[in-house]
Amino acid sequence: MKAKQITIISGKGGTGKTTITACFTKIAKNFITADCDVDAADMHLLLNPIVKEKFLFYSGKNYSIHHNKCISCGKCQEICRFDAISNDYNIDHIACESCGACFFVCPTQAITEEQNLAGEYYISQFNNNKNMLIHANLYIGEDNSGKLVSEVRKKARKLAEDSNSEYIIIDGPPGIGCPVNAAIVGTDLAVIVTEPTLSGIHDLERILAVAKHFNIPSKVIINKYDINLKNTKEIEKICQRNNSELLGKIKYDKLVVKSLIEGKTIIETHPNHEISNQLKTIWEKIK
Amino acid sequence: MKIAIASGKGGTGKTLISTNLFKVTPNSTYIDCDVEEPNGHLFLKGTHVKEQSFHIMIPEVNQNICNNCGKCAEVCQFNAIISAKQKVLVFPELCHGCGSCTFFCPTKAITETPKIIGKIQETLINNKPMITGTLNIGEPMAPPIIKQLKALPISTEHIIIDSPPGTSCPVIAAITGADMVLLVTEPTPFGLHDLDLAVQVVQKLNIPMGIIVNKSGLGGNIIENYSKKKNIEILLEIPHSKTIAKLYSEGKLITTLPRYKKIFENLSEKIQKKVKGFQNHES
Repeated sequence: MKAKQITIISGKGGTGKTTITACFTKIAKNFITADCDVDAADMHLLLNPIVKEKFLFYSGKNYSIHHNKCISCGKCQEICRFDAISNDYNIDHIACESCGACFFVCPTQAITEEQNLAGEYYISQFNNNKNMLIHANLYIGEDNSGKLVSEVRKKARKLAEDSNSEYIIIDGPPGIGCPVNAAIVGTDLAVIVTEPTLSGIHDLERILAVAKHFNIPSKVIINKYDINLKNTKEIEKICQRNNSELLGKIKYDKLVVKSLIEGKTIIETHPNHEISNQLKTIWEKIK
Repeated sequence: MKIAIASGKGGTGKTLISTNLFKVTPNSTYIDCDVEEPNGHLFLKGTHVKEQSFHIMIPEVNQNICNNCGKCAEVCQFNAIISAKQKVLVFPELCHGCGSCTFFCPTKAITETPKIIGKIQETLINNKPMITGTLNIGEPMAPPIIKQLKALPISTEHIIIDSPPGTSCPVIAAITGADMVLLVTEPTPFGLHDLDLAVQVVQKLNIPMGIIVNKSGLGGNIIENYSKKKNIEILLEIPHSKTIAKLYSEGKLITTLPRYKKIFENLSEKIQKKVKGFQNHES
């Protein structure tokens, strides 16, 4: 059985992706979950996972100039398009794109390369060891979060296959760039969490276009819909225009944040609350 | 002064702070560096000045000259150009524009050709410039356009940079070179966790910083405790308020309310003083 891959995204940050994804992990059965917001992974704060296995993530290379071999010919500086080589021939690792042009051009082999350790990722267990979470930690300031997202998803697919899981529930990153692309390509459904603010609407339209670009069907949840009813209407129209099913409208309730502050989901703290029931209905529509 | 507003976590109020700070700071430019989802223009309406497309340079292989030796694929660290059985293939969305393939091609079969990945718009808001970068749908790479935004000639005394969320390359591109970074957070476990990540990014770049707590009162004193522990000053707390949420949802600035106008004016002055202090300290 091939697991159905569902990615929760939003375009705009802070609309409630992680909170809602965590709720789904308290409702769904027979699934693997993956936190693909590797820049600022937060799901573990709600799921209290126990790490079972850790993997290192290498990406790109680190280059260094060895001054005993360097003849200060300036070729590396000349070829570098990222202004990463100083006048005293040292590499600024923040400006460096790790393209290796300097390494190949150096006539005296004064530049060496080594694999760059850019982060780590984990297989963890939660829900009393019933479920698995794949999550990651991209080291501060590292590039290539898209590649790490792909690694996390690959691991999740493998585990889903081995455990015969029905679903892979993926918490996606904000934005529309490389990590988002990596989080949605090849998935079966993009669930877009939006909010009725002008920013929310603007970003919703862009992320809908991204989903369309990659041929991923999308469905929409309006979170905190009662903050602005006029904007909520506007979002409903956008959903219709884009043939995206509106999965549900969730009202603003302080209880959701209160549960969050306790490190729990509303499904755990108030299983019979209106919002909890709504989320259960939404999950039924998604699965 | 050059001030960058960043956060780690998305949706904490970066754009809220940036646009309102811009509004009350005379002689300033607002640059929207959240090129994946630029939202500043929803709050700042003005007259359109100019728009230009933004391109990066990508390789183009002249198959008539190429002898498929594989040198280009060997030097490319991004797998953006590969030597297949019949011919060399280019994957533009993986290209970082380093130019290595072109430079090292022994037969000079590769030239660089522009590929449009976004646009840059300049608008005047009450005679003050707003510069917005927008990445095209489906394009993966934000940093080149962010770097371009920051390289534009700017004549105002102050620059306010609205950064993207996260902790990786787009954020680094946005905040590099700033005199000070304002980190906007909210008092929730997510807000605190991602604030700590953002603090580490700013520390790595060695830039002075301050914290702004948005939706204050929501979750106790966790940010205050953190700020004391890390010795990073909280410059402003904005209460969790329905009025603000409503104004924000409608695309309105909160400095339209006299009370918040004063609060932001004070913030602007406070930051300017601090930046002057850092600069005097350095020289």
